[in-house]
Amino acid sequence: MAEILVLVEHADGEPKKVTAELLTLARSLGEASAVFVGAPGTYAKAKDYLGQYGAGTVYVAESQDAADYVATPAVDVLAKLVTEKSPAALLAAATPDSREIAARVAARTGSGLIWDATAVSADLTATQGIFGGATIVSSSVTKGTPVLVVRPNSTAPEAAPGTPAETVVEVTPADAAKAAKIVDRVVEAKSGRPDLTEAQVVVSGGRGLGAAEHFALVEKLADTLGAAVGASRAATDAGWYPHQNQVGQTGKTVSPQLYIAVGISGAIQHRAGMQTSKTIVAINKDPEAPIFEFADYGLVGDLFNVVPQLTEAVEARKTS
Amino acid sequence: MNIVVTVKQVPDTWAEKKLDPSTKVTDRKSVDNVMNEMDEYGVEEALKIKEAHGGEVTIVTMGPEKAIETVRKALSMGADKAVHLTDTGLGGSDALQTSAALAKVISTLSPDIVITSAEASDARGGVMGALLAERLGLPQLTQARKVTVDPGARTVQIERLADNGYALVEASLPAVIGVVEKINQPRYPSFKGIMAAKKKPLTTLSAADAGLSADEIGLAAAASRVLDAQPSPPRQSGTIVTDEGDGGNKIAEFLAAQKLI
Repeated sequence: MAEILVLVEHADGEPKKVTAELLTLARSLGEASAVFVGAPGTYAKAKDYLGQYGAGTVYVAESQDAADYVATPAVDVLAKLVTEKSPAALLAAATPDSREIAARVAARTGSGLIWDATAVSADLTATQGIFGGATIVSSSVTKGTPVLVVRPNSTAPEAAPGTPAETVVEVTPADAAKAAKIVDRVVEAKSGRPDLTEAQVVVSGGRGLGAAEHFALVEKLADTLGAAVGASRAATDAGWYPHQNQVGQTGKTVSPQLYIAVGISGAIQHRAGMQTSKTIVAINKDPEAPIFEFADYGLVGDLFNVVPQLTEAVEARKTS
Repeated sequence: MNIVVTVKQVPDTWAEKKLDPSTKVTDRKSVDNVMNEMDEYGVEEALKIKEAHGGEVTIVTMGPEKAIETVRKALSMGADKAVHLTDTGLGGSDALQTSAALAKVISTLSPDIVITSAEASDARGGVMGALLAERLGLPQLTQARKVTVDPGARTVQIERLADNGYALVEASLPAVIGVVEKINQPRYPSFKGIMAAKKKPLTTLSAADAGLSADEIGLAAAASRVLDAQPSPPRQSGTIVTDEGDGGNKIAEFLAAQKLI
């Protein structure tokens, strides 16, 4: 069977859920091989997980440079593997870091690149929603090794336990003139909430909240549901919530099982980032708000009454 | 500092965008086209660096003839000159081809800093900064929400956006910087700026002028191909209920019925 490379998405060795999704997808296309690029000693934390989700082979590339430089160490490793192993495809997650890495690998190896795929069929045809999901496109790569950047939450992860073969890959030392060095990492907000793009449930707040402190309502509902918190552009523009949490055309694209929009009108700018969510619930006091045109359940009412009651009701159902 | 900023003309963010049914590339004719909103942050950042350290800001764009409107806007904001790569043969180029073409033009300008924005609102690839760094063989300082240039040491430091904060990232010049939205507040062109823009130097290049050969550009040479494009099935609006004091409970009932809680 043809080999499918999967770039492992991880934080200090702890694999992210999208890695299991990509390995599951890879197994439907051929033989899944994971490529782990990280700091020395971090692979140990990923090893069992990668075996659990059916990686037949793991290419392990550990070096300090891999952790200390933006993109280039992973690009070097992947480009080398693409050239030497001639895999049928390379899969990477549609996260800011991995999409940049994937694009550079495509450029360096003369391969075609498709981003934001939501499905990949056996003949490596990829499905994408473009223009914020308004148009569904199927595309295929016509040159080199298909480099496919896949959205989180596109595949349901399925375990296929095994013991992968491990191959160590050397990481070329970074060339200072061509590389960007990470000199510090600063944690600003450790919310303990799931990643916005990976979350099964997202609760977002918008202009209707009226002030930064009212985001506490959204956060409380989100925590009760184990959800990530998002924000509309109006809310981040007003400085009520961090830019990293912006959902929409110029922010993140999410596709959770459940999306709850609180005080968000649902203009195209926002819709483009969330309309592929499975179920959409909207709370807005304006019955004319465009979000009601595509919500599965819309509640016309004052969010300051509705949201606390909803939080309480969800809490009650959890404890009953 | 010799600063190059890439800009792109895109269909208006608020317009409903479509693909041309025959070529399956973005239809740029039937909609209003504007400067990619995020590119304004790139132009502003370049102007700020120039104001702090001196130098010159050159706008580089690739696109059809009318993309000149976007170039003019960047010039009226205060950029010094522009290069417009335009050729019917370039139509339908994908991001990989576009990055190669832009890199070819940019390298002739010998920049200290190349600035691009995080994403264009039409294709939303978010990869141009990385691709330009790859093509030019320069450090990749993308996802920047803050940029600090040290002209003496010939280094640049950025705050690179991360999920739970940021990374401080450093590189030597020349380098490619990719800026995110909200890094600054882009200025509006002044009347004086608009008048001055008309007299600023503008170089128009064909693909051949830029040293691009016909067999590597445009739709036919793209490394991926659109097989099919269909409008998404329209999302039906569901149940709409007006709150009568029990709205929160009603939503909870709906969620429970859908087995979401």
